[in-house]
Amino acid sequence: MTRPTPETLAHRANPATVAAAASSAQAVASPVPTSGAGSLVRSLEALGVEVAFGIPGGAILPAYDPLYDSKVRHILVRHEQGAGHAATGYAQATGKVGVCIATSGPGATNLVTPIADAYMDSVPIVAITGQVGRPYIGTDAFQEADIQGITLPITKHNFLVQTAEEIPRILAEAFHLAATGRPGPVLVDIPKDVLQAQTTFAWPPALDLPGYRPTLHPHGKQIREAARLIAAAKRPILYVGGGVLKAGATDGLRKLAEQTGIPVVTTLMALGAFPDSHPQHLGMPGMHGTVPAVYGLQKADLLIALGARFDDRVTGALESFAPDAKVVHADIDPAEIGKNRHADVPIVGDARHVIDELIAAVSASADGAGRYESWWATLNDLRERYPLGYEEPDDGSLAPQYVIERIGELVGPEAIYVAGVGQHQMWASQFIKYEKPGTWLNSGGAGTMGYAVPAAMGAKVGKPDTQVWAIDGDGCFQMTNQELATCALEGIPVKIAVINNGNLGMVRQWQTLFYDGRYSNTELGTHKHRIPDFVKLAEALGCIGLRCESKDDVDKIIKQAMEINDAPVVIDFTVGKDAMVWPMVPAGTSNDEILFARDLRPDFDEDGLA
Amino acid sequence: MNKHTLSVLVENKPSVLARVSGLFSRRGFNIDSLAVGETENPDVSRITIVVNADSSPLEQVTKQLNKLVNVLKIVELDPQQSVQRELLLVKVRADRAQRSQVLETVELFRARVIDVAPDTLTIEATGNPDKLDALLRDLEPYGIKEMVQSGLVAIGRGSRSITTGPALRAA
Repeated sequence: MTRPTPETLAHRANPATVAAAASSAQAVASPVPTSGAGSLVRSLEALGVEVAFGIPGGAILPAYDPLYDSKVRHILVRHEQGAGHAATGYAQATGKVGVCIATSGPGATNLVTPIADAYMDSVPIVAITGQVGRPYIGTDAFQEADIQGITLPITKHNFLVQTAEEIPRILAEAFHLAATGRPGPVLVDIPKDVLQAQTTFAWPPALDLPGYRPTLHPHGKQIREAARLIAAAKRPILYVGGGVLKAGATDGLRKLAEQTGIPVVTTLMALGAFPDSHPQHLGMPGMHGTVPAVYGLQKADLLIALGARFDDRVTGALESFAPDAKVVHADIDPAEIGKNRHADVPIVGDARHVIDELIAAVSASADGAGRYESWWATLNDLRERYPLGYEEPDDGSLAPQYVIERIGELVGPEAIYVAGVGQHQMWASQFIKYEKPGTWLNSGGAGTMGYAVPAAMGAKVGKPDTQVWAIDGDGCFQMTNQELATCALEGIPVKIAVINNGNLGMVRQWQTLFYDGRYSNTELGTHKHRIPDFVKLAEALGCIGLRCESKDDVDKIIKQAMEINDAPVVIDFTVGKDAMVWPMVPAGTSNDEILFARDLRPDFDEDGLA
Repeated sequence: MNKHTLSVLVENKPSVLARVSGLFSRRGFNIDSLAVGETENPDVSRITIVVNADSSPLEQVTKQLNKLVNVLKIVELDPQQSVQRELLLVKVRADRAQRSQVLETVELFRARVIDVAPDTLTIEATGNPDKLDALLRDLEPYGIKEMVQSGLVAIGRGSRSITTGPALRAA
């Protein structure tokens, strides 16, 4: 089975250049007569779109006719949710704008979850939906839904197109909005009669966004003020969020960290922004973060937050978060600054510019490495005493952490890992080592179960020469595995490692810890009854299905999967159901209450800082 | 909590009011009053919002408003430095015996009678919210049959204009 390899367009090295590239790198098209639908497809081509994920239907049907002849590759998914997450996976893996297409009504509403997901994680996607014809809008027509109204709170912006003439401009604006500033999803809803209307297509259109002016360059005074705080700090931490990856600022981050000697933590959305193997990396902070990362933030006297948003999963109970720390908060979105935690030095700007200017500013004031000796001694001691780890299950079952750790070891840091949501996601964040940007994709803010399979599909389409491994749970996998049919037919050979513990594992963990072990509705039957049988299911979907039930087979089966490159592979790793994610800060409590293992609090008092 | 008056200049396009009002409810703010209308530039509308909030959540909602793509400019109008007006229409019970007393109140508040029926007077009044409250208090004893009130509109004092500047080039 061979499929056309999507050509890699280098038009989007960083978000800020996309609009310019979109309108300048493409040939100027003199006006040609066409339909609204023709204008839509020509606009997508002019914007450099190489692939769109979607499903046709009544209202969007006119657009599928010119798409039939287009150089834009359309991937026919099995559910619109799959199209949306695929667009997200594609965007996260490539840095380009992901595109998904659906028809009106239920087609459009099926996009709501992936749009909300992309909004929470600031992923640049453009969703194009068909709408009933203008005369029918508001009449409860067949397959009518007010998708503009429905997606108002979950899009960066959305459009209801009124005339065929404005299609090129609105498409160009949608891509510009999605990719620049703080990226995010943009929806373009196009009534059927507008798609059918006769118009002329010309390119490039003039953007008309008078109210949209993202601030890219930080204020020099704020940078100097930040440098002053950095110079005065004794226990600083670089608190790095997903914005650093989106800005392509990882080289700068490394330089800044090494130049100053300041410890680094990377949030769930920022894994890969700073090499896990780097000696200055304390790991991930938050509910399931490492003890040194969580404790480091709690005891810091200065947080330098770069493209991070003080999410509740990072801060725990806000009033007790990092009580002694001053805060330098840099973000491209001014509304994030001071939203949850007061910022002593607010910096609005693109992380790349902020970091570059910080490097210049601190080099003038820094007095070299070794200045945080006692801080590092404390943190290193914690690293030694409280490393990430897990216990072998005493019932002889396979440890899920071991499986994930071996996948990371054998597949290596060049691959892209895509997680669902739950225990397996946390273990994948803990036990796979991320060394490079863009190698870890997950649903962080929304926590969308079912994200992994379609997002892995999108990532593989965007990076066909990179191995893409989904680490999924048996609960998540059952939500969106229909897209494996798409993968099989379209030649998208992803690997899906189903960490099958027979349960909704994270919910079960909370039931164990907080609900006296009353396991209400978390048993899925994938162990007890083997329903579904994931190997048979994989084969029915045109994939290779493998099963692994013992520790001795783990390496062999991972290697076997790695050698299959002409079909998607699903591995059912049958693992124990009692493993839990540690460390853990129980929801709503202070980060000081972090548990290293069940009923085991780290002994912070010993080091005299508590 | 304090009342704040925000003047929000927006592109005059469909769905913009829904974006603005939806943002307030989504972020947990109650709008006390809201008034919308075109400005001297037909491409630009002006939304005047009165909101009850402490200053730090207000700053957050202002930043969120600023993120809306159709929002061009937001100015908080200081009550001391601006003129603020509401319009009130009120139908008051006023038979022959009471009519002259009601008219006296109307005169006192520099309001106007805009409709007369045998047993009621309909009164139009403009002013700041305090003045209109006082008028209503005075009319209450006669019996208020119906009333309708506009949102507050406000404009800064002096010769400076908030509707000029590069952000507001014609859309």
